[in-house]
Amino acid sequence: MSTSPEGGSPAERVPAEAPLLEVENLRVSFPARQGRIEAVRGVSFTLGRERLGIVGESGSGKSLTGRSVLRLVAPPGRVEADAIRLQGEDLLGLSERRMRDVRGGRISMVMQDPKFSLNPVMRVGEQIMEAYAVHGRHRRRDTRRRALEMLESVAINDPERVFRAWPHEMSGGMGQRIMIAMMLIPDPDILIADEPTSALDVTVQAQVLAILDRLVSERGMGLMFISHDLGLVSTFCDRVLILYAGRVVETCRADRLHEATHPYTRGLLGSLPRLDAPRARLDVLQRDPAWLDDGAA
Amino acid sequence: MSVDAPSARARGRVSGAARPGGIVVHELDVWFGEGRDRVEAVRAASIDVAAGESFGLVGESGSGKSTILRALVGLVPTWRGTLAIGEESLGRRRSRAFHHTVQMVFQDPYASLHPRHSVDQLLHETLRLHGFRDVDARIVRLLADVGLDARFRFRYPHQLSGGQRQRVAIARALASEPDVLLLDEPTSALDVSVQAEILNLLTDLRAARGLTFLMVSHDLAVVGHLCERVAVMERGVIVEVLDVAALRAREARHPYTQRLLVSSLGHDRAQSLRTS
Repeated sequence: MSTSPEGGSPAERVPAEAPLLEVENLRVSFPARQGRIEAVRGVSFTLGRERLGIVGESGSGKSLTGRSVLRLVAPPGRVEADAIRLQGEDLLGLSERRMRDVRGGRISMVMQDPKFSLNPVMRVGEQIMEAYAVHGRHRRRDTRRRALEMLESVAINDPERVFRAWPHEMSGGMGQRIMIAMMLIPDPDILIADEPTSALDVTVQAQVLAILDRLVSERGMGLMFISHDLGLVSTFCDRVLILYAGRVVETCRADRLHEATHPYTRGLLGSLPRLDAPRARLDVLQRDPAWLDDGAA
Repeated sequence: MSVDAPSARARGRVSGAARPGGIVVHELDVWFGEGRDRVEAVRAASIDVAAGESFGLVGESGSGKSTILRALVGLVPTWRGTLAIGEESLGRRRSRAFHHTVQMVFQDPYASLHPRHSVDQLLHETLRLHGFRDVDARIVRLLADVGLDARFRFRYPHQLSGGQRQRVAIARALASEPDVLLLDEPTSALDVSVQAEILNLLTDLRAARGLTFLMVSHDLAVVGHLCERVAVMERGVIVEVLDVAALRAREARHPYTQRLLVSSLGHDRAQSLRTS
């Protein structure tokens, strides 16, 4: 990975080789009865115009890492880092007002379950147009046209019908596509997708992944793909960070995940049942306390 | 353990004549709602599980796989067709003996355990209901059987991890010494390392007790690991029944099964670009 870009105007496009996002020594903690619980303990990574997978089990800090980038961790949670830079600009120093322009505008986020992300008492089209209005001044007719285009771009065949529909009339896969369409309106540089396909059936999952894939390759977006699914990440992403107890224990090329060396990663891979390699018993992960101190950043 | 033996046994016997612990589902229809709102959740489904066999039901959400389990245990009143477990042909109501023979494990161990009952209370009540006297000794044994040591006995569900809760749910299901376990996505709420522990536990329990499994899952790899035969469901219909060996050899005939197989291998970039 190359070093940080020159501190030019943030609107200026950074050359493709320079990272879009740099996170250095991220720490997130929450108050507990005794002291503070450290949920993320010194995570560092860079994101270019690529599909970066962030995998780990529940409690590993993968979702908090994504939320911290957008400064969405609410008090009493505390986020600290040496730097979180978006195209050279430090997000930690921004005012809450400036941060609001970053959220949605330059970095968007798609959550796991569209049922909880869409407003249930507002038609789909209105919600998309609202998202468009928030990110700029446009004539109503233009926003309507853009909203329909967006629905079309996420492989919705009948955008007019979906535009008039209520969220409860939509299936999970359709809801997730609508969420993605909404997130794309301000043309963000980075999309953080937190388990975007975990609530979907496998065949629908493939369609949503194809859309995300196209966004990275055609628009040159950076994608942070947060997931617990090793098989999926190894086939979908370019690079993978493996998180354990709030630390990055290993970083590797996604297609080389099966050659991973850290005992935790090996243990996870060994615990997966596989159709092509039947075994009478699955390997059980023996957790080594030393992993808590490993830090291959 | 041998993978082929029980499925060979299943093929070798007369269809419809259930042996102890076997499951027969014949031409099962299940519907919800009436009139215009009527939904046919399961249509003419037939499966035949031999005693001691492990059989999987796979399909997407809404395909009717869980509904078959729910009809078997008597949680759905609106069905017609033939249902039988062991010697017992099933009608509208389930007998006391039925619940001795058949037990169910649900997907979400957070929702299926009473939040204000300790593990001890939960197992105590279950054992009492099944008419056992030596409750205390049985609780100790049940916990040991599912790999929990004695200190878990007086804990409440919120003091247990997801995997430990699922172990408690399995202990509760085993309390009546059943022959048949109906497993509804027993590991899909768990992390993969915990899933491995629970799948190993189920493998061991089946070997030790000669249990019959009927398992519902959306995960072909999990079903392939634990089962010998699989029925694939799509929109209420069983479209294909095949041996896991055939599944592994990618000999699925129905296009829907083939699609599930492709998806189970992760993301196929070339494939998804063609279809999107």
